Amino acid sequence: MNESTKTHIALEVIDLSIGYHSNKETTVIAEGLDFQLQQGELAAIVGVNGIGKSTLLRTLGNVQSKISGTIKLDGKALKKYSPIEMASTISLVLTEPLASKNLTVMELIALGRQPYTNWIGSLSNKDKSKIQEAISMVGLQALKNKKCYELSDGQLQRVMIARALSQDTSIILLDEPTSHLDLHHKVQLMQLLKQIAHETQKTILLTSHEIEMAIQLCDKILIMNKESHDFGEPCELIQKQAFERIFPSDTVIFDAKTGSFKIKK
Amino acid sequence: MENTAKYKTSLLLLLLGLIVCFVANISLGSVTIPFKGTLNAIFGGELANDSWRYIVWNYRIPKACTAILVGCGLALSGLLMQTLFKNPLAGPFVLGISSGASLGAALLIMGTTLFSSVFAIGLVNDVSLAIAASLGSFLVLLVVVVVSYRIKDTMALLIIGLMFGSITAAIVSVLSYFTDAEKLQQYIYWSFGSVGNLSWSQLLLLLTIIVLGVVLSILSIKSLNALLLGENYARSLGINMKRSRYKIIIATGLLAGGITAFAGPIAFIGLAVPHLTRQIFNTTDHRVLVPAVLVYGAILMLICDTIAQLPSSANVLPINAITSIVGAPVVIWLLVRKKKMIF
Repeated sequence: MNESTKTHIALEVIDLSIGYHSNKETTVIAEGLDFQLQQGELAAIVGVNGIGKSTLLRTLGNVQSKISGTIKLDGKALKKYSPIEMASTISLVLTEPLASKNLTVMELIALGRQPYTNWIGSLSNKDKSKIQEAISMVGLQALKNKKCYELSDGQLQRVMIARALSQDTSIILLDEPTSHLDLHHKVQLMQLLKQIAHETQKTILLTSHEIEMAIQLCDKILIMNKESHDFGEPCELIQKQAFERIFPSDTVIFDAKTGSFKIKK
Repeated sequence: MENTAKYKTSLLLLLLGLIVCFVANISLGSVTIPFKGTLNAIFGGELANDSWRYIVWNYRIPKACTAILVGCGLALSGLLMQTLFKNPLAGPFVLGISSGASLGAALLIMGTTLFSSVFAIGLVNDVSLAIAASLGSFLVLLVVVVVSYRIKDTMALLIIGLMFGSITAAIVSVLSYFTDAEKLQQYIYWSFGSVGNLSWSQLLLLLTIIVLGVVLSILSIKSLNALLLGENYARSLGINMKRSRYKIIIATGLLAGGITAFAGPIAFIGLAVPHLTRQIFNTTDHRVLVPAVLVYGAILMLICDTIAQLPSSANVLPINAITSIVGAPVVIWLLVRKKKMIF
């Protein structure tokens, strides 16, 4: 445990309940969530459809409000953050489509600098160099002046990641960044995220259905189940047989040796 | 970013175009005044005919100024609506805001004869008409905002705008069935739209409303840019969405409502100008688009008004018809050429 003196806890979740508030009732989707992410870690949230992965991510990103519990960013409670402080601590890549696909790649990435620009949004030299950094990190030089409607799904996803990078936050949250991509681009994107997390010491948390890929590439995994949640390093979770509990055992079974799922025949 | 110089040149050229259109607009009209005569009338030179000075100062210049204000305001309100409602087809006319104004005007002009003949006398004047039209447009705008909050589907919003148009048309036809011919004619003339009937004092009032709308829009430029990503992204960038929404909606209401109140419903300027501007400037940045649509809108409105004048003839065409004849093909052309409409 002497490691904790060196590393820094970027995101801490204590006994969190998530769900939706409506006029009369509150619908709890998941409760009893507890985990910590260190600086520079790539982590994935996995689980079956409808278990609350996206809801958790959106709650952490303050897109929707929590039901109970505590979320701490850099040791400070989320609710104590002002909108601008929040914007310079957490950046998002969501599944919702862009409102305008007429933006150029450059314009879109530049919008990531909004928390730092003046009232009308003029870019300073620092803003411009941060944008350049983000572009070269994600490798978008060639696409810089393209319009977003000209891009493929994979390219657009990389542009959205570059936008989050230019926002220069310590935490990046991504909601299913690998959906709609083929296997090659999925792997490429996950490797890019891993590289970003390790090189820039940003904490990256994503939701994914690619459990096998998460086992191979992520530092930490949160498995969401109906009754309980498991959190830890992939090999710890394999030892705990946590992956076996994700899906009903009559459809797929987890092979601990290869770290992959097999269809039950 | 590197394009700032390019944008400045384009904007400067547009401004030059505006001046040319302005001069052309005031030198053409039902009375033929030679170009030199117009210039002399403006700058106080010798004139062959003294009535020219009167025509230029009390008729043509206020009309041209109204056209500029109307063009600026409608184009800007169209831009604001397209960004706020994430809808390339949004505009004061399409979303039913002009219909709301028409409904207000119709109820005032024709409804008064129907419900109380006593109050009707002297009730319908320019000020009450302006108030009724503004109330009508604000009411529809509020309904559209509430609906857009509950229904995320952008298509639904357009259909609701169309429905408001139908409701207005229906109520107007019911009213016109009961009203007398004179009142009906008054309403029909109002619905043709006109930039020619404003006195200098009314013009000043319109100017104040438009300036307020433009200032609010300029203050919203940063949020408008963030809104291009979507609302959740805008919020994650530290934008106070609630306040920005109110600012943009009030600006839209002031611009579209104020103009319809004074100049009647004028179609297509609000819808077409933002798209035409994006064609020239090829950007989505509202720091460029806001000034550009203001100038472009003014130019287009001046041109439409010059055509509506039918130079050298005593006839004046309804301006609303001209803007539709010019605007509708532009929208069709954009759709056909680009295959889809984006903003």
